[in-house]
Amino acid sequence: MSVVSQPPPAQAQKGLFARAWDSDVGYSFRTSPVAIAAATVTVAIVFGTTFAEFITPQNPFDAASLNLMDGFTPPGEAGAGSGMIFRFGADSQGRDMYSALLFGSRVSLLIGTASVIFSLLLGVTLGLVAGYVGGQIEALIMRVADIQLSFPAILVALLVFGIARGLIHPSLHEQMTFVVMTVAIGLSNWAQYARTVRASTLVEKRKEYVDAARVIGLRAFPVMLKHVLPNVAGPVLVIATINLALAVLEEATLSFLGVGMPPTQPSLGTLIRVGQQFLFSGEWWILLFPSVALVTIALSINLFGDWLRDALNPRLR
Amino acid sequence: MIAHLIRSLLQGILVILAVGLIAFSMFRFVGDPIASLAGQEATDADRAELSERLGLNDPFPIQFARFLGHAAHGDFGISYRQARPVADLLTERLPATIELAVLSALFAFIVGVTLGVYAAINRRGLVANSVMVLSLIGVSLPTFLIGIGLIYMFAVELRWLPSFGRGDVVRIGWWTTGLLTETGRKSLVLPVLTLGFFQLTLIMRLVRAEMLETMRTDYVRFARARGIPERRIQFRHALRNTMVPVVTIVGLQLGSVIAFAIVTETVFQWPGLGALFVNAVQFVDIPVMAAYLMFVAFVFATVNFITDFIYVLIDPRLRM
Repeated sequence: MSVVSQPPPAQAQKGLFARAWDSDVGYSFRTSPVAIAAATVTVAIVFGTTFAEFITPQNPFDAASLNLMDGFTPPGEAGAGSGMIFRFGADSQGRDMYSALLFGSRVSLLIGTASVIFSLLLGVTLGLVAGYVGGQIEALIMRVADIQLSFPAILVALLVFGIARGLIHPSLHEQMTFVVMTVAIGLSNWAQYARTVRASTLVEKRKEYVDAARVIGLRAFPVMLKHVLPNVAGPVLVIATINLALAVLEEATLSFLGVGMPPTQPSLGTLIRVGQQFLFSGEWWILLFPSVALVTIALSINLFGDWLRDALNPRLR
Repeated sequence: MIAHLIRSLLQGILVILAVGLIAFSMFRFVGDPIASLAGQEATDADRAELSERLGLNDPFPIQFARFLGHAAHGDFGISYRQARPVADLLTERLPATIELAVLSALFAFIVGVTLGVYAAINRRGLVANSVMVLSLIGVSLPTFLIGIGLIYMFAVELRWLPSFGRGDVVRIGWWTTGLLTETGRKSLVLPVLTLGFFQLTLIMRLVRAEMLETMRTDYVRFARARGIPERRIQFRHALRNTMVPVVTIVGLQLGSVIAFAIVTETVFQWPGLGALFVNAVQFVDIPVMAAYLMFVAFVFATVNFITDFIYVLIDPRLRM
């Protein structure tokens, strides 16, 4: 991760990794146990969810591989139907919780990442245009951002979700949920990027290199994209990391409320929603493991983001 | 000062108008109002007649103005799903939400300020340290997990408190309250704790940080030099000046209170507005969604205005 935020190379003959290791950011990473732990956990989770098919004992959403007799097997015991050992227990339908966890985390992380990319693209574009062009366009964009920021993200996402449901034909709801969730969460978080990028664009556009680019006859679009954008991208990266944790939690909250991923393709939030039904009957593992997974993911991404913020720019603290 | 308040008022009106435009567009463009009202056997002539009668052929600004007029009278049409006037649904559920929100805000404010002041005065004590750890947990745990955790502890294991609903409520006019019955009070405990927890940690950290800052200022040193008792300095001199940023943040936090109320109400099956909204989103009940949105915008504008007003009361420098 630290490679992305490299300052320009000092010694070109060394490899990229060695240069990253020697840099200030690399040093800060090496000496911060919290950053190393958070990065390790994040990488492990990303690896586990990416290759979920190969490391889980069953595909939890393939009905043929489930055995109803295994239902409610406690953690660490063998199922009554298949005789398989369920490390994290099984849910009401004999689904291995460990497998469900990895597949669920994958959905959560995918939606989180996709929505962060969506809101980043939208926010950076609008922020660049607002800062560079100025005038009434700027006033309009920033006013919309103000209003958007005064409303909580969950509320905006719920609203977008509801409107999208009204516009999309009911037969397509299940297939479209992934896209709708991404757009809903993405649309509720763009304003922060727009504000940051606009602020730094206002500073950058008065500098001489921008004047120089304009003098040689470049039009507004290439100047924004090739000259201003690379110089305002730093803080955006930090916001994106912290927003990834927020987006994962937001997705989980929406799915928990029942306005998110359906039980046929559950995310961690859906798993927690399902698990909550078994709280009173004593099958605690159906609820506990997805909750722990969610908190672990959010916390490790958050801690990594905090470290990145401090390492890249001490002034942001 | 007057200019300050007028600017704040104008801003609030702008927000309400902008949200009103969104709510109106939802009515107009999501789904087909004619199709949902006319039924399947209507002829084209019927539809055209209905469209004329509902004013759907008028220019957009006129329709929008009419919508705002109706909204100002509390008329948001009829719920698609429950076939009842939306205004009735809202008034029915309003007391539950207000009771929950106000009690949790009070809880968070009183406990938060007390713990914050305590942690600032006894900086290295055990309590101060555990308070800081607690606040870290409060920030990184999602609300619904806190709610589920509380249910597990107090409703499943200890069986002290109910896990859902409002218990028995007493009706006073159109208002309903759970504060007057035993089951009602018991039912309030867990939702109030859940909703208050996030605000509590925030207020606590803020008060602590501000208090530490203020205790280092010159006027506190001079007060000590004059021989004023330490307690009096802490509460009369220092605490008063920490309240300005605290009130700001509490005011700004209102947005998250509404968001967390949606989640809390769903976890505890609390019959309030947030749960109504979540149901409306699930079933695309546009009139209810629009009305809730307008309600939130209105609350926002009002609270922002009150926050600005309280500033002026707390900070004499703003009265110039």
